Amino acid sequence: MIAAITKISGHAPTLAWHTDTALPDSELVIIPGGFSHGDYLRAGAIAARAPVMKAVAQAAENGVRILGVCNGFQTLTESGLLPGALMRNAGLTFVCKEVKLQIANNQNPFTQLYQEGEIIRCPVAHHDGNYFADAKTLERIEGEGQVAFRYAEGSNPNGSLNDIAGIFNARGNVLGMMPHPENLVEPAHSGIDGKRLFQGALDLLEVEPA
Amino acid sequence: MTVNNTAPITPELIASHGINDEEYQRILELTEREPSFTELGIWSAMWNEHCSYKSSKKWLKTLPTDGPRVVYGPGENAGVVDIGDDDVVVFKMESHNHPSFIEPYQGAATGVGGILRDVFTMGARPIAAMNALRFGEPDHPKTRHLVSGVVSGVGGYGNSFGVPTVGGEVNFHPRYNGNILVNAFAAGLAKRDAIYVSKAEGVGLPVVYLGAKTGRDGVGGATMASAEFDDSIEEKRPTVQVGDPFTEKCLLEACLELMASGAVIAIQDMGAAGLTCSAVEMGARGDLGIRLNLDDVPVREENMTAYEMMLSESQERMLMVLRPEKEEQAKQIFTKWGLDFAVVGVTTDDLRFSIHHQGEEVANLPIKKLGDEAPEYDRPWIEPGTHSPQEPHLFAPPHDYNAALIKLLGSPDLSSRRWVWEQYDTWIQGNSLQLPGGDAGVVRVEGHDTKALAFSSDVTPRYVEADPYQGGKQAVAECYRNLIATGAEPLAATDNLNFGNPEKPEIMGQLVAAVRGIGEACEALSMPIVSGNVSLYNETNGEAILPTPTIGGVGLIEDHARMARIDTADTGDVVFLIGTEATHLANSLYQREILFEESGPAPEVDLLMERARGDFVLAAIRSEYASACHDISDGGLAIALAEMCMASGEGMRCEIEVTYPHSALFGEDQARYLVAVDEQWADMFAANCEGSGVSFAKIGTVGGDRLIINDLIDISVEDMTTTHESWFPAFMGETALAAAAE
Repeated sequence: MIAAITKISGHAPTLAWHTDTALPDSELVIIPGGFSHGDYLRAGAIAARAPVMKAVAQAAENGVRILGVCNGFQTLTESGLLPGALMRNAGLTFVCKEVKLQIANNQNPFTQLYQEGEIIRCPVAHHDGNYFADAKTLERIEGEGQVAFRYAEGSNPNGSLNDIAGIFNARGNVLGMMPHPENLVEPAHSGIDGKRLFQGALDLLEVEPA
Repeated sequence: MTVNNTAPITPELIASHGINDEEYQRILELTEREPSFTELGIWSAMWNEHCSYKSSKKWLKTLPTDGPRVVYGPGENAGVVDIGDDDVVVFKMESHNHPSFIEPYQGAATGVGGILRDVFTMGARPIAAMNALRFGEPDHPKTRHLVSGVVSGVGGYGNSFGVPTVGGEVNFHPRYNGNILVNAFAAGLAKRDAIYVSKAEGVGLPVVYLGAKTGRDGVGGATMASAEFDDSIEEKRPTVQVGDPFTEKCLLEACLELMASGAVIAIQDMGAAGLTCSAVEMGARGDLGIRLNLDDVPVREENMTAYEMMLSESQERMLMVLRPEKEEQAKQIFTKWGLDFAVVGVTTDDLRFSIHHQGEEVANLPIKKLGDEAPEYDRPWIEPGTHSPQEPHLFAPPHDYNAALIKLLGSPDLSSRRWVWEQYDTWIQGNSLQLPGGDAGVVRVEGHDTKALAFSSDVTPRYVEADPYQGGKQAVAECYRNLIATGAEPLAATDNLNFGNPEKPEIMGQLVAAVRGIGEACEALSMPIVSGNVSLYNETNGEAILPTPTIGGVGLIEDHARMARIDTADTGDVVFLIGTEATHLANSLYQREILFEESGPAPEVDLLMERARGDFVLAAIRSEYASACHDISDGGLAIALAEMCMASGEGMRCEIEVTYPHSALFGEDQARYLVAVDEQWADMFAANCEGSGVSFAKIGTVGGDRLIINDLIDISVEDMTTTHESWFPAFMGETALAAAAE
């Protein structure tokens, strides 16, 4: 993630430690993937209670853009910044493969450089990515356009409700997603479909969309 | 087990430590008195097969270990090889066979953890992992359980730690029914001048314990791994360690940060025989004594005895000798990462290994003798028998070539391993260029514009069983070919020698002949062995596994814009066979799957031919002639063509001159490749083959959606793919599970 951001934006992101209680001024806060605390209690559950998450919640409230990828998404649902929960994959195993993602809503900075309905390639790699929300919540996020990405063309790898792969918060400045766009941002990755997400999130709009 | 240190040393106690009479006499001489209970445990830990290599050392010494790029060969935690620009690749392969059979998830997980630790102990950040797995026959009642547990264990540890698993092997054979093999490989990157070793320097320096706390898990693990299995195996469950990948990830970061701070003089991970092996290693290498105070060892269980602490194999632990002036800074780094940090001892000048516990000295042994005086056996061995060559006409042709090809593509040993590798994170770190399913995994060198490393793990155990010498050569040759097929220059290899009971002369004969074959191949193909591991006593109730010397090879790609892949053949490309018509069907998968027999000689490996053809193919790839490349191995030419078709989603139409169609299509002769060449370069490529004296045949063109070979084979790529992809999920009951999840 650090390498991807550095390559796309031209400068390295500042790192925050889990015990920090304040964040530096930033336009985008990213909670990357990676088995925080070993996922020993529930994926993201312990990280959601890290001191730095108070600062993340404050930043979200201030309108700063927050992106959680994979374990970051789990942390965001565990901390209540995003609705719903990520359960064990329906197949009960870790799954690492390429899936198809459909852009469900491009009226948002994160997805602004994609076409609505566009289908992109994206890798997934997780054990607990099965998105669940109660019927009322699901109806609300569907109705409010909070679904950012859906698994497309029958590629739902984990049993997520409504093929949901990523969601926004109600205000639209927090995005959580299970797939890893950072692993498809340069030709050596065999594709750059993930790059526009970061360009959009950083308002690097002058960069020509791929 | 709570045995007092004053427990009487009875013959039964000695035998239960795997020490024979002769060895005990030697222990008495070296100890200069009767050993205490703790001392007996220490001797046993240092002198068991797993740690001392006492049966194999004589033969391992014959392997080529040197080369212009070798920085550190065998003897350190892992081998170190120069890849230019002051960068080095650090790698090793190690077995975790017995634990994985007893407790598949934790056994496999801690196997991965152990090998990762070997790599980062030397100061390298792990960038790639592989796993070579051998299971019993698919229908054996334990096999599914073992496959499921081992695969999730490998993934559970590697994925969480954050290293991409980019390659490996999975095979099935009844001879592994009672003793599976789990061989874990890891590679890391470091700077040449920032490599750390275990040799301690300086008297009176703090010996520091770092990482996770010590528990009773794994007590006696290395001794267990040095004995045959019998029906009491379930009782050995407590000897399996439990892994904690998150702690390991923190340990990695803390160690690298500590090394960068300049505080580290020597470092050794606590692997087999834990605190004992690591402390003895550090002291003996540096000609120093070590004095440990076990009261300072962080423990997570109460009332642990000195014996248990010295032999615990709790994971995620390190021992270091630090610069005293940096001790405080070191402690801060470890506290930051939430890890234990304790000064548990001091280096001394008396060459004694002195252990104190609860105000009492519980062991005092000559530290150099513990390692250096370990027995070295020249065990009796008999030269393995040989088979006379068997001509193709001795093997029945198939009634239906299409059906034979489909049967092979959907057979346990040739079917797709997607079910396995999709449980491994193959993309983490963002540098993976070639994933499992091709010839070798390829990972970009971070921070370098063009460089990448290729990794492959290979051995064909049925060949080694038939002819250990040829089989040993073949393991290296196939690894070499897999690296070449991606456009990598093979640099070096690690060997993981899995055999049965070395006290049986015929097993010892297998080891001796296989090592001879491996050595000759490594010499001829310029792939020195820079690290490795020996796993003996792989027997259950007296039946040995197939001899399985796994070779893990590493190759260098100078410019990854000019590598080759299996899946990039394009319509119109001309397909070349590098090599000649195959004639060898003995011990082929055709013989096993179609004729239901496994017999006869292994294929001959002509090392000069391997080298000449390998050099040629590498040059062709680097000159960008090859639009796709694949080595020909298990299943022969027809399988290799089918694999290229399935990977690229393209058909092929082939016309092949054949004498015996079944051996031409399914024979497993060595030193052969398939190369797809853009039509415009085809004539030049053929001319280059001729000019280089390399045997070749233009055998077909890419296009359409069917694989057609003469009037023998005509199958759609889709049908082949369906068969190829279905066996593993069906075997593991995936279809039933998916239906249940609907």
